[in-house]
Amino acid sequence: MSGSALTYAIVDGVLTGSVYALMATGLTLIFGVMDIINIAQGIFVVLGAYLSYAIQLHWGIDPFVGLLITIPTLFVVGIVVERVFMSRLKGPEKTAMSILVTYAVSLLIEGSLNMIFSVNVVQINAWYVNQSFKLFGVYFAYIYVFGFILAVVLLAALWVLLYRTRFGASVRASLADQTAAALIGINVKRVATICFGIGTAVTAAGGMVFGATNAFNASSSYDLISRLLTIIVLGGMGSLGGALVASIGMVMLEDVVGVVWSPVWSTMTFFIVLVIVLSLRPQGLFGKQLARTA
Amino acid sequence: MRLWSRAAWALGLVALALFPVVVTNPAYVAIGVFTLIYMSCASSWNMFSGYTGYIALGSAVSYGVGAYTMALVSIHANMAPGASMFWLAPLGGLLASLVALPIGAIALRVRRHTFVVITIAIFFVFQLTAINVGFTGSTSGLILPFISWNESYYNVPFYYVALGLVIFATALSALVRRSRFGLQMLAIRDDEDRALGLGVRTTAVKLTGFALAQFTIGMAGALYAMFVGQIFPQFVFDPLFDVSIALMAFLGGLGTLAGPLLGALILESFQQWLTLSFSNSSLYLILFGALFLLVILFMPQGIVVFVRDRVTRRAAREKAAVAAAETTLAGSRA
Repeated sequence: MSGSALTYAIVDGVLTGSVYALMATGLTLIFGVMDIINIAQGIFVVLGAYLSYAIQLHWGIDPFVGLLITIPTLFVVGIVVERVFMSRLKGPEKTAMSILVTYAVSLLIEGSLNMIFSVNVVQINAWYVNQSFKLFGVYFAYIYVFGFILAVVLLAALWVLLYRTRFGASVRASLADQTAAALIGINVKRVATICFGIGTAVTAAGGMVFGATNAFNASSSYDLISRLLTIIVLGGMGSLGGALVASIGMVMLEDVVGVVWSPVWSTMTFFIVLVIVLSLRPQGLFGKQLARTA
Repeated sequence: MRLWSRAAWALGLVALALFPVVVTNPAYVAIGVFTLIYMSCASSWNMFSGYTGYIALGSAVSYGVGAYTMALVSIHANMAPGASMFWLAPLGGLLASLVALPIGAIALRVRRHTFVVITIAIFFVFQLTAINVGFTGSTSGLILPFISWNESYYNVPFYYVALGLVIFATALSALVRRSRFGLQMLAIRDDEDRALGLGVRTTAVKLTGFALAQFTIGMAGALYAMFVGQIFPQFVFDPLFDVSIALMAFLGGLGTLAGPLLGALILESFQQWLTLSFSNSSLYLILFGALFLLVILFMPQGIVVFVRDRVTRRAAREKAAVAAAETTLAGSRA
């Protein structure tokens, strides 16, 4: 393997991986606080991408500026989905039911997007998508760096929110033990609703970068959700740090396999690694040992 | 109640058996074939996931393995196109069960919600492999030996073989449910740790149930391949298949015998009819999603349990009313 290929894999792993980390954080946060596996996360990313695309196309607003519209929009979408559907789920089968409900939500959005935007693939376009620069001997479009900066800023903001505010303390308490959190007076329901909103809102940013670096249509969501699920299971479900490490590690690995072997097989490494890791460590890399009754 | 339920089963079977005799339009008989294929899959899926509570979303792997067994063997063994190809279905089912053993051994190491995610991931491994390797025909698919049966009659043999498959799946499901093995699966659903503590060999039971459920799904996949005559990796390894059969079971009633059959009957015939009359897949996705949400939110137990509860409650109310009336009567006499 040539040196530049390895450099590329590492740089891209960090740049693209951080964007995946942002999307995966939302997913793992929702799982950790609510025991809900949000299959709709993939279609929310695509929805975010389409929103940025449409805003740019019709109003001529730059996608990065447009985030000021799309992030609040998806936050509201998340809140509505949580209030209307998720809050009704109760009982021991809650997690299994949540998969089916969010899948149904995903199908609804997919069908609507197909009707509005057709199934032809589109891509968000801007000067930073077309122009590239040289980094460690490899060419990168500016969007990769901008996307990386965006992801880092948002992840940092999320970190501050979770670790430096009173609300964040409530979230972390709910992550650790929902019953105990409720007993000390935390409104777990309200925390859950807001977390679902935040988990959905981050997909607006992730979706914008995804839409600028990939040609996409509504069915791109299948590929996205399968990767995101793999990442959060690998990192340990509910672990925020695990999602970050797994995202960057997996994108790097995918790039390395793509270069040394074949791009055709690189996506598969995702799943093969998952299978290997889980057969050795069923709770994921950074996961807590699940309670036996889970 | 017993009698009613027996009568309903018999009536259902007779109606299904007479359907191609009464409705001779090949287009509708074809809808019947697809519906029966899905009924057998949903019933079989329910035999593992409904009884143990482990929701598996990777059944399309078995369906695909069955379909490719049918396609590859019939093509490479130069089989005479015709009824003899039906015998490849059990082979497809057997291979699907064999493939399920290592999958189950890995996926069943974890508990419920992680299990769901792992089955999805393993499914994608198989889908990508099938698209990437050469012998599956890749994206251009494989064409099976052409069966030159008369067009007006072509669907009928498939219909009755598929009906046989449904009966097989249902009978197996009923037998398992009554057996010690079935009780062990239900015990795992209710409380896995207690079941383990009481001496149920949970891992072995789960793995056996999982592999057994794949047998019918593999056979259904083989039948599907033979019926449509050309298969593509992305259509036999289809994520929508996984969720469809899960939804069918949920719609009808998870863990019940009739539920998955009823759910598949309603959903698959509805989908086929929509495709036939609108040919708009986006509209289908929206309707499917909306229906799915309504069912889960308003009838989370499924149609069968919903109706059964209503009937039982009504009977209980009537009984109570009669009892109350008798007491009043007795009281007034005294």
